[in-house]
Amino acid sequence: MGIVERIAALICETSTSIPEDVESALRRALRREVKSSSAAMVLKTILDNVKLAREKATPLCQDTGTLTFFVDSSLRKKVTPEKIKAAVALATDKGWLRKNTIDSISGRSYDDNCADGAPVVHYVECGKGRRSGSVTLIMKGGGSENMSRQYSLPDSYLGAGRDLAGVRKCILDAVVKAQGYGCAPGILGVCIGGDRATGYEVAKEQLLRSLDDKAEDKSLSALESKILVEANSLGIGPMGLGGKTTLLGLKIAARPRVPASFFVTIAYMCWALRRRTIEVPV
Amino acid sequence: MTELRYPFTEESIRGLKAGDAVSISGRIYTGRDKLHKYFADGGKLPVDFEDGSLYHCGPVIVSEKGGYKVVAAGPTTSVRENPYEPEFIAKTGVRLIIGKGGMDDVTLEAMRKHGCVYIQAVGGAAALSAASVKAVAGVSLLKEFGAAEAVWHFDVEGFCGVVAMDSHGGNLFADVAKSSAKRLSELI
Repeated sequence: MGIVERIAALICETSTSIPEDVESALRRALRREVKSSSAAMVLKTILDNVKLAREKATPLCQDTGTLTFFVDSSLRKKVTPEKIKAAVALATDKGWLRKNTIDSISGRSYDDNCADGAPVVHYVECGKGRRSGSVTLIMKGGGSENMSRQYSLPDSYLGAGRDLAGVRKCILDAVVKAQGYGCAPGILGVCIGGDRATGYEVAKEQLLRSLDDKAEDKSLSALESKILVEANSLGIGPMGLGGKTTLLGLKIAARPRVPASFFVTIAYMCWALRRRTIEVPV
Repeated sequence: MTELRYPFTEESIRGLKAGDAVSISGRIYTGRDKLHKYFADGGKLPVDFEDGSLYHCGPVIVSEKGGYKVVAAGPTTSVRENPYEPEFIAKTGVRLIIGKGGMDDVTLEAMRKHGCVYIQAVGGAAALSAASVKAVAGVSLLKEFGAAEAVWHFDVEGFCGVVAMDSHGGNLFADVAKSSAKRLSELI
């Protein structure tokens, strides 16, 4: 299989099959909910959909989203942006991706999902002399992206200051503002600090972490566990119809900031967290 | 789970309460932004919605063997139809509005007055929604509106959803928004 076909297969797999950690979290959530409640019914429907999409190799969700690739720098010469675009065009042709890329000025559709800046490709420094490298893809739909949010502390409305207590208030507020509109139960990636642009970038990168993963920093990992429990006590539930499962996961990272700025950036991901990694020889 | 089969009687619709899970079978029609605008501008509806259902959905459909096959048919966000839906309900006698995210209080009032409910379909569950469409019996306004906006005639079996707004003023979204805001104020 050539590299274009390998990347196209990665796209197919990512679009049609949810990662094991997310599926397990959905199963645990279903067990927690009251039997025959609307929350249980929604989660059951989601799990049936996950199974069917995998069996039939059809997209889990019709919004196949923004495609973001993270490629190890060791593969810079092999997995080029041109090869990735060719794979995206092939995957679109096969029906693994919806025609989902619109020109922001003319409104016309790029029917192969390829344009200047689409898909998004990041090369990640990984050290020299590696014999292989990884290619990671994440697909994020528009409904959830619309629920992402950035706060600037201090925030007098929330009474949130420039500390972790203030960060906590922002995250809980974002969950309440999102209700079920981002297709709850969601997964949050959070970045504390950075500038506005890196805030969104790093927040989104947290969605690549396994749901079982904990932040290395003890104060952040404690915050992750605490807010996850609190968010699930809000009662928003799957699709915002009420229930015990509002979030499946919460991942926080921090980046340095300048004295004048203190951003808290929250990337809201829907239950259909589509991410996958393959290893490719150099 | 309450089974609903087209045509839907006012009695069966009035019997539904916000929070009830339902399984829908029989004919449903899709219609979204362009259909609502067309209707509001005085256009003649191509199908009879009386005692039927309107699904806010822009499906992905492929042609095959002289017919159509549904690839993905999840719900689209319903709020965009708020300005048109009360009149649509009043004039057509539609009993089920199926979509995502709920609608406003004026629409809720029209539902109370005319005996209609709002069904939340599961967002993102596109493969499953497509699988519950057993046949595409036809399509209207395809040339005028395009495939994503056309009125598709779906024959469904076991299409699942939750009654989010009922015909007695019950609204799950409003309840959840209120109670979650209250809980937030306790937490922060």
